[in-house]
Amino acid sequence: MEIYAFYAIAAVVLSSAVLMVTSRNLVHSVVYMVISFVAVGALFILLQAEFVAAVQILVYAGGIVVLFLFVVMLVNVTETYQVEFLHRQWLPATVLSLILAAQIGFLLWGNAGGLAADPAASASVLRAVDGGNTETLGMMLYTDYLLPFEVASVLLLVAMIGAIYLSKKRV
Amino acid sequence: MATLGLNHYLLLSALLFGIGVAGVLIRRNVIMVLMCLELIFNAANINLVAVSRFRPDMTGQIFTIFTIAVAAAEVAIGLGLVIAMFRNSATANVDDLHLLKG
Repeated sequence: MEIYAFYAIAAVVLSSAVLMVTSRNLVHSVVYMVISFVAVGALFILLQAEFVAAVQILVYAGGIVVLFLFVVMLVNVTETYQVEFLHRQWLPATVLSLILAAQIGFLLWGNAGGLAADPAASASVLRAVDGGNTETLGMMLYTDYLLPFEVASVLLLVAMIGAIYLSKKRV
Repeated sequence: MATLGLNHYLLLSALLFGIGVAGVLIRRNVIMVLMCLELIFNAANINLVAVSRFRPDMTGQIFTIFTIAVAAAEVAIGLGLVIAMFRNSATANVDDLHLLKG
């Protein structure tokens, strides 16, 4: 049952990613990107990481996509639709990156060795606090990983200042 | 039909990574290159969460949260750079950025 859901979601992820890369219109690309992100969020739910799935939907499908759409509207690229949208070397680049993906996939497929999920063990680790994924993640994030959490908040502050500075009138 | 194992997720993420790399290499538009970078980030996130599920360890999910935060920062800075670039040279094509070429 689970494997059929996996194959369905994986088909959506991969096909929308391919359509995103190959579509000429940037707005269409952004829409395909949303579909791909939401499908990856569904994959996270299948992996029993509910909080990460919620963050994926909120940050990616909510925030980042709106940012991309704003910039697509702001940067008027209508005239570039007419000219070529691919590099001249698109065929060797595609073939080489597919070979790269096949190599990585082959190595990972062989070495992961069909490790199957152990429901009892994963429940005891991933749902240790009150039987909830979010509680467990929050507890670890605010105790063991407090310093990286603060560093991430400083990084976001720096990114905000940098984005404001770069978007000023004169740089 | 075999049971769903870790290697299914790893193969999916390798394929998604390959599509992202192909997109970065073949597209001319800077915004499109940034979007394909997001695909690569997503492939890495799938790996982290899948490994966190199959050899039960919460650390993978924690790191996914950090990866998403870094991706958000990267998008904000990258799109700021796109806007600055479009204002200065009125183009969104990576091939037109050859000021440093000798």
